[in-house]
Amino acid sequence: MIGFWESILLTVITAATPLLIAALGELIVEKSGVLNLGVEGMMAVGASTGFAVATLTDSSLTGVLAGIGAGMALSLVFALVTLGFAANQVAAGLALTILGLGLAGLIGAKFVGTSRIAIPPIHIPGLSELPLVGKLVFGQSPFFYLSVALAVGVAWFLKKTRAGLSLRSIGENHSSAHALGLKVLRTRLLAILFGGACAGLAGAYLSLVYTPFWSPGMTAGRGWIALALVVFASWLPLRVFLGAYLFGGATILQMHAQAASLGLPSQALSAFPYIATIIALVLISMRRVGATPAPGSLGTAFVPPR
Amino acid sequence: MAEVEGADAPLCVLDGIVKRFGDLTANDHVSLTLRTGEIHALLGENGAGKSTLVKILDGLLAPDDGRILWQGRPVTLANPEEAASLGIGMVFQHFSLFDNLTVAENIAVAMPAGVRLRVLNKRIQELGDRYGLALDPKREVWTLSAGERQRIEIVRALLREPKLLILDEPTSVLTPQEADNLFTTLEELARQGCALLYISHKLEEVTRLCDRATILRGGRVVATCNPREETPQKLASLMVGSAIPPLRDRDHRPADVRLSLRGLSAPPAELHGIALRNVSLDIRGGEILGLAGVAGNGQSELFEILSGERAAPDRGMVLIDGEACGDAGIDARRRQGAAFLPEERNGHAAVGALSLPDNVVLSRHATSDIAPSGVIAFDKARALSDAIITKFDVRTPSPLADAGKLSGGNLQKFVVGREIIGNPRVLVIDNPTWGVDAGAAVLIRQALIDLAAAGTAVLMISQDLDEIFAIADRIAVIHHGTVTAPVDARSVAREDVGLMMTGGQGVSHAA
Repeated sequence: MIGFWESILLTVITAATPLLIAALGELIVEKSGVLNLGVEGMMAVGASTGFAVATLTDSSLTGVLAGIGAGMALSLVFALVTLGFAANQVAAGLALTILGLGLAGLIGAKFVGTSRIAIPPIHIPGLSELPLVGKLVFGQSPFFYLSVALAVGVAWFLKKTRAGLSLRSIGENHSSAHALGLKVLRTRLLAILFGGACAGLAGAYLSLVYTPFWSPGMTAGRGWIALALVVFASWLPLRVFLGAYLFGGATILQMHAQAASLGLPSQALSAFPYIATIIALVLISMRRVGATPAPGSLGTAFVPPR
Repeated sequence: MAEVEGADAPLCVLDGIVKRFGDLTANDHVSLTLRTGEIHALLGENGAGKSTLVKILDGLLAPDDGRILWQGRPVTLANPEEAASLGIGMVFQHFSLFDNLTVAENIAVAMPAGVRLRVLNKRIQELGDRYGLALDPKREVWTLSAGERQRIEIVRALLREPKLLILDEPTSVLTPQEADNLFTTLEELARQGCALLYISHKLEEVTRLCDRATILRGGRVVATCNPREETPQKLASLMVGSAIPPLRDRDHRPADVRLSLRGLSAPPAELHGIALRNVSLDIRGGEILGLAGVAGNGQSELFEILSGERAAPDRGMVLIDGEACGDAGIDARRRQGAAFLPEERNGHAAVGALSLPDNVVLSRHATSDIAPSGVIAFDKARALSDAIITKFDVRTPSPLADAGKLSGGNLQKFVVGREIIGNPRVLVIDNPTWGVDAGAAVLIRQALIDLAAAGTAVLMISQDLDEIFAIADRIAVIHHGTVTAPVDARSVAREDVGLMMTGGQGVSHAA
């Protein structure tokens, strides 16, 4: 019985990790006042580039780095268009998703059908063999630890550091921030690049750990879920963490429910994680305690007055 | 102009500054000299080019022509950061604050990197004690009143230890006592060698506080003078270019009670809002009742309940012409003959992105024939809008311009006109002349006087005691959600009202 629950928890973690990484990246982007709807596209490019480079170099680490780089490169296009030319962020973000999905297919075309050995979970002799918590705490994929560190790090950065405060101010009111001498466009560029890196990393996780192969469409809407998580989590990093795990948990739950054939239509069960996550996060944000509204300048272009 | 290097050079010289926006020349060869230890007033009507000039001085705008000399050396101010590093500080009229951040965070973000929050909290406290600018560092800004927000701006600017401090209308939300405190602070700063550039519409203050005044009209310097030797009337006529007509007086002949509040108590609508406590008022036809108070003492909560934006807890708490209407909506109350005008003109009273006629439809659709059965009769809306523009001397780029394109004073004249032209029997108006120029303020106040003379009951909520004493027949004070019993405006001293605004017992009032 313990084995069963342990394996469920492990799969929940596997499902939640990419969402968490991508959503934390987007959270930083949105906190700086930029709405990048291209997460799905950046994730796809990260996944295909990561897999392709890992196969060519036979190095998973190089693949992961390539995935991050690909996500950043694509986000740079978005930054150029929205910051450089002050284009509409919604339109640019949607275009980025379409571009990213197409580009990912192109990059990965030659690698469809090949597979690699997944990046293994870490193993600490002794600790990882402990009963109950051993595998759960000390035997996870390196990505899991990275994602947890990222969640804590992002929360700390926003709340406790000077740079985080500047970033929040810029997202809140870019005109005031500019008037106070903060570097609005530079900060937003860095935030967008960070978001791209996180989306690329989440993509590389999919193709190198979650399912160690590349196929077009393998991101399966996870970029959009990550976007929704940021909003429903009221732009709070630790709530994003909660939401990602809620969604991961509900996903695994509905898979088991489908396998157990409860007599419910499979479509309804497939929809369950989405509905459950939305309801839970709406209920949380309804309490208003500690909730923060959307950044004031979210989605609006900044052109310095001269 | 002779150039002087070194210690004898004036702190800052603006020399022949020109700034054009398209066809409009906002600054036309403006020259100005600022010396250490001097409080220099910059005067002018809305649109005279004051804001443009200070934005150039703050590095926000680049001049098209002219030079800026700082301690005798020519400088270019490419961005606000460079201005700040020279020692130019700015207190903005339209607050440059971040609503969702705390007071401390709002201040920390403007400080050099490496200032610890704990140290900062202490310095905020010290400054607050020293200058009477009390602030709770942990409160989020959106929960604060306009007066408290102003304090953040000032404290933030002072913590940067500026050599030149620019203040844009700093006293418009302060009580007389708070303003006096501020003046003491500013005089102290000047004594310590800070130069101050002081922008204000309140000419009384300028004649009391400032050492020199530069007056702008139409983008040009029309006069430089020592305000201590001038009268406010003289300064006003220099600003406007002609003498401002004084308000015409009238008899106070109160008729029947038109608007009543009966024991109105209401919990706050927002997390940090103000609860109204047992508010009772009777406003008679033919009178203007001025409700004085520092911003954030329940004025907006009271306005919401009076206008019907929020229902009163009990329908009998609000009566219009004796009829209980505490549960009625805005349109229903307007059909009863009431009209309402909130404080915030752009965003509450009017929608900036809609044309003037559309903005007329917004508030008058229920009380005129411009939208019969829900379909807008554009010709009629346009005709009504044009009538308002003519009657209230609204200067607009075009009769169909978006409301947001009008200057503050002109938009305010328009929205005031929109309510008054329907001859309401009751008018509730919140800060009718906040941030508008002297000419527009006189026109609006005269319109309110004329409206009351025609038999309307006017409740005017205002933070501006000058305004209250200029036109109100009776005065009540709102403080922490309670309202004092009204007193006759002719029999009460300004200082007493000021004291009551901060919770002191100025004159005897009902519990």
